[in-house]
Amino acid sequence: MSTAEQLRHPIESGVPDPFPFMHPVLKRNYGAWAWHDRPRPGVLRHVAKSGEEVWTVRAGTQRQMDVFTIRTLCDIADRFAEGYVRFTTRSSIEFMVSAADKVAPLVDALTDAGFPVGGTGNSVTMISHTQGWLHCDIPGTDASGVVKSMMDMLHEEFVREEMPNRVHITTSCCQINCGGQGDISINVQYTKPPKINHDLVAKVCERPAVVARCPVAAIRPAMVDGKPSLEVDEQKCVCCGACYPPCPPMQINGADSTKIAVWVGGKHSNARSKPAFHKLVVANLPNNPPRWPEVAEVVRTILSTYKANAKDYERIGEWIERIGWPRFFELTGFAFTRHHLDTWTGARKTMNMSAHVRF
Amino acid sequence: MSLDKTGSDRAQGNGTAADQHRTPLLDQLESGPWPSFVTGLKRLRDASDKPYAPMMNDLLGQLEHSYTERLGFWKGGTVSVFGYGGGVIPRFSEVADRFPASKEFHTLRIQPPAGYHYTTDLLRQLCDVWERHGSGLVALHGQSGDIMFQGCSTENVQKAFDEFNAMGFDLGGAGPALRTSMSCVGHARCEMSCYDEVKAHRRVINEFLDEMHRPALPYKFKFKFSGCANDCVNAIHRSDFAVIGTWRDDMKVDQAEVKAYVARVGRKYAIDHVIAMCPTRALSLNDDDTLDVDNRSCVRCMHCLNVMPKALSPGDERGASILMGGKRALKIGDLMGTMIVPFFRLETDEDFDRLVEFARTVIDFFAENALEHERIGETMDRIGLPAFLEGIGIEPDPNMVNHPRTSCYVRTDDFTDEAAKYFERKAREAGLDVAAD
Ligand code: HEM
Ligand code: SF4
Ligand code: SF4
Ligand code: SF4
Ligand code: SF4
Repeated sequence: MSTAEQLRHPIESGVPDPFPFMHPVLKRNYGAWAWHDRPRPGVLRHVAKSGEEVWTVRAGTQRQMDVFTIRTLCDIADRFAEGYVRFTTRSSIEFMVSAADKVAPLVDALTDAGFPVGGTGNSVTMISHTQGWLHCDIPGTDASGVVKSMMDMLHEEFVREEMPNRVHITTSCCQINCGGQGDISINVQYTKPPKINHDLVAKVCERPAVVARCPVAAIRPAMVDGKPSLEVDEQKCVCCGACYPPCPPMQINGADSTKIAVWVGGKHSNARSKPAFHKLVVANLPNNPPRWPEVAEVVRTILSTYKANAKDYERIGEWIERIGWPRFFELTGFAFTRHHLDTWTGARKTMNMSAHVRF
Repeated sequence: MSLDKTGSDRAQGNGTAADQHRTPLLDQLESGPWPSFVTGLKRLRDASDKPYAPMMNDLLGQLEHSYTERLGFWKGGTVSVFGYGGGVIPRFSEVADRFPASKEFHTLRIQPPAGYHYTTDLLRQLCDVWERHGSGLVALHGQSGDIMFQGCSTENVQKAFDEFNAMGFDLGGAGPALRTSMSCVGHARCEMSCYDEVKAHRRVINEFLDEMHRPALPYKFKFKFSGCANDCVNAIHRSDFAVIGTWRDDMKVDQAEVKAYVARVGRKYAIDHVIAMCPTRALSLNDDDTLDVDNRSCVRCMHCLNVMPKALSPGDERGASILMGGKRALKIGDLMGTMIVPFFRLETDEDFDRLVEFARTVIDFFAENALEHERIGETMDRIGLPAFLEGIGIEPDPNMVNHPRTSCYVRTDDFTDEAAKYFERKAREAGLDVAAD
C-alpha cells in the first residue's frame, strides 16, 4: 500500500431525533394525550385531547434478534400497521394503528408469526436481561437462554394478564447485575472464592487496582513461587467476583461453584410504596442449562402464590409487606436461613426494630 | 437434565450446512411458545450466501460449548473507531482454535432514536448495513438503551460504524464515560407525562458527547428520563442522574369520571383499591361518590392516576424531580437514587437550558471529586450529602430526607446562621425583599 488510508471523521450526532420515525398520530398529539384504556390484553387505546385515537398492539420478542426476524416484524408492520413501530425498555415491540378495525388483523398476524401479544396490563412482562455466554466476558451463566426458558413457562401470564399487578422479572449472569432490580430477580450467585492462576497475574493484572476493587479488603499482594501475584483471605471473601473483571486469572466462575439465587420485591415505580430493592428468597440453585428447571420451579412457586394471595394492585413486594415475611416463607414453602439475615452496610436497618411479630 | 458432552464436539470445518456444529443443548431452546433466539442464530448460520454464515456457525459452536462447560469463553481487548475512545465492546474468543470464524465478535453500541421510534424503512436499512459488515444479530435494546449490533470482526468495525454514522447514528458510551441514555414513551403517547422527555434526553446527552466518545470521567455516568413517577425506564435504580416528571400544583379531577368509575367497580372496590391504597391518606371518597384530594399530602406517587386515568391527571405546573446516585451492588451495596431537586420546572426553552447547565455542574463536580472507579452515589456517601449539595450548588430541603438526622454527633455552632439563610431563601422564593439582596 503506497497511499495512507483516508480515515473518515465521525459525525458526532448523538441521540437521533425520533420525530421523523414517529407514527403520525403520535406526532400530531405529542404532549397532548388525555387518557387510555386497555381493550384487551396486549392492546392499548390512547385518546388525545384532540379526540384522535391510536391503538397500540404489543408483542414479545426474543430481544437478541436476527435480521430475518426483524424483517418479518417489518413486513407485519408494513402490511398491518402503517409502517411504524417502537420498542419498549423491556424489548417488546409496539405497533401503532389509527383505526380500531386494524387491531384484530394485526394481532392475528403477530400470533401466526409466533410473536405473543400481551405484556400490557397486569402481566408478567418480558424479562429484562443481560448478555451472558453469548457476549459478555465475565458471565457465570447465559442470559438469553434463561430468559427463553422462563418466558416459555410464563407465556400464558404474558398473554392473559391476570396477575394482581405488573410483574417485572430480571436476570443477571454475574453479580454485577446489569439486569437490575425486579419483582423477581434471577441472579448468579458465586459460592467460592476466586481460584488464582498465579502464573498469569503479574502479566495481565494491575495489582493495586484489583486490591482496591475488593469490597471487603480480602486481597493482598503476595509473592507466589517467586513471582508477584495476589492472595485472597478466604475467610473474608464474600465471593462477589469484583476482582475477576480487572484480573481474569482470579477465576470466579466454576461449573460447580456458580449458582443461581432468586430474589423478590424489587420495584422502581413509585406507585403506592416507595421504590425498593429485591430481597433474597432462595440461593444455591444449580446453574443448569439449557432450561434451568430448578430456577423455573422456584419462580413458578413465587408467582402462583402471589397470584393466589395478593390483592389487586399489590406488587410482589407490597403483598409481602402486608402479609409479612413469615407468612411468605410459609405460603411458598421456602426455607428461611441465616443467609437471609443481611450482613452488609446498614444491615441493622433491615432488621425488625419493633415488637411487631406475626405468627 | 443430562449434559451432553458431545454437544460441543466440532464437526469438520465450518460454514456450510454439511459441517455445522452439533448443538443438542441449544436445540432444546427452540421448542416452546416464546420466540427463540437460537432459531434466529441458526437462520443466520444457514444463510449460506451471506458473509456471516461461517461466523454464526462457529458462534453457535462456542455457545454450545459454553452450555456444556457452563463457562463463558470471551475475553476483552481494545477495538475502537477512528476519532472515538469508546462505544465498541471488543470480544475475542478464548476457544478460537475450535471456532475460528467467530474469533472476533465485537459489539457496536449505537444510540437509538429517543423513545425507540422506528419506521420499517429505517429498521431495514440498519439490517442491511449489519448484513454487509456484521453478523446479522441485533439486540433491541440493551439495558442501557443502546441498539447492540453484536458480532463484528475487527476489520469491519470501522466500515459498519461509517455506514451507521452516515445514516445519522452515533456510537453510545462504554468505559468510564457518559453512557447512552433512555427516555420513556412519555409525551409521544402517555397522558401521565409531565415534561418533554425527548427534548430533555436529546438536549442533555448531546451537550456532553465529548464525555461519551472520549472517556475521561472517573467512572460511568448515566442519565435517564421518565415522564412521571411510574418511572418506566427505571431511572431511580439505574441512573446516576434520574429525571422523573412531576407537578407542583393540584392534580386535576374530573368528578363525573370519578363517579362513573365508582359506578363501574362498586364503592367497596373503589375504597379498597384507590382510597385505601394512597400511601399518604390524601384521598377521601365523598358520600356522593366524588373525590376529595388533599393535595398538600399527595406525594405524586401515581397510583390513583394509574387506576383512574380518565378521571385524574397531573396538574398544570409541570417539571421533574431529580434524583441522584442510583447504582447496583459494587462496592458499597445497592444505592437508590436520592432526591436532590424536588421540583425542576421544565416548560420553556430556558428551563431546558437550566437543566443542561445543572447537568454540567454535576458532571464537572463528578469529574473533579470522584475517586477512580467510583460512581457518584458512592461519592455522595463518602463525602456526605451536605458537602455534595454544596459542591453542586443546591440548598438542603426537607424533601431530601425521610426524616432529619437521628445522630447527635454533629457540630452545630453555626446553626443559627444556617437557619437565617433558610428563612432568607424562603422569603426570596416567596418574592419578598431580603436584606442580603
Ligand atoms: C466487563 C465488564 C462489563 C460488561 C461486559 C458489561 C456489559 C454490559 C452490557 C452489555 C450492558 C447493556 C448495555 C446497553 O444497554 O447498552 C450493561 C449494562 C449495565 N451494566 Fe454492565 N458490564 C460490565 C461491567 C459492569 C459493572 C462493573 C457494573 C456495575 C458496577 C455494571 C453495571 C451495569 C448496569 C447497572 C447496567 C444496566 C444499566 C442500565 O440499565 O442503565 N456493569 N453492562
Ligand atoms: S450481568 Fe455480568 S455477566 Fe451479565 S452482562 Fe452484565 S457484566 Fe456481563
Ligand atoms: S471475590 Fe470479591 S470479596 Fe472475594 S476476593 Fe474477589 S473482590 Fe474480594
Ligand atoms: S414514566 Fe410515566 S410518563 Fe413515562 S411512559 Fe411511564 S407512565 Fe408515561
Ligand atoms: S398520587 Fe398517590 S399520593 Fe397522590 S393522591 Fe394519588 S395515590 Fe395518593
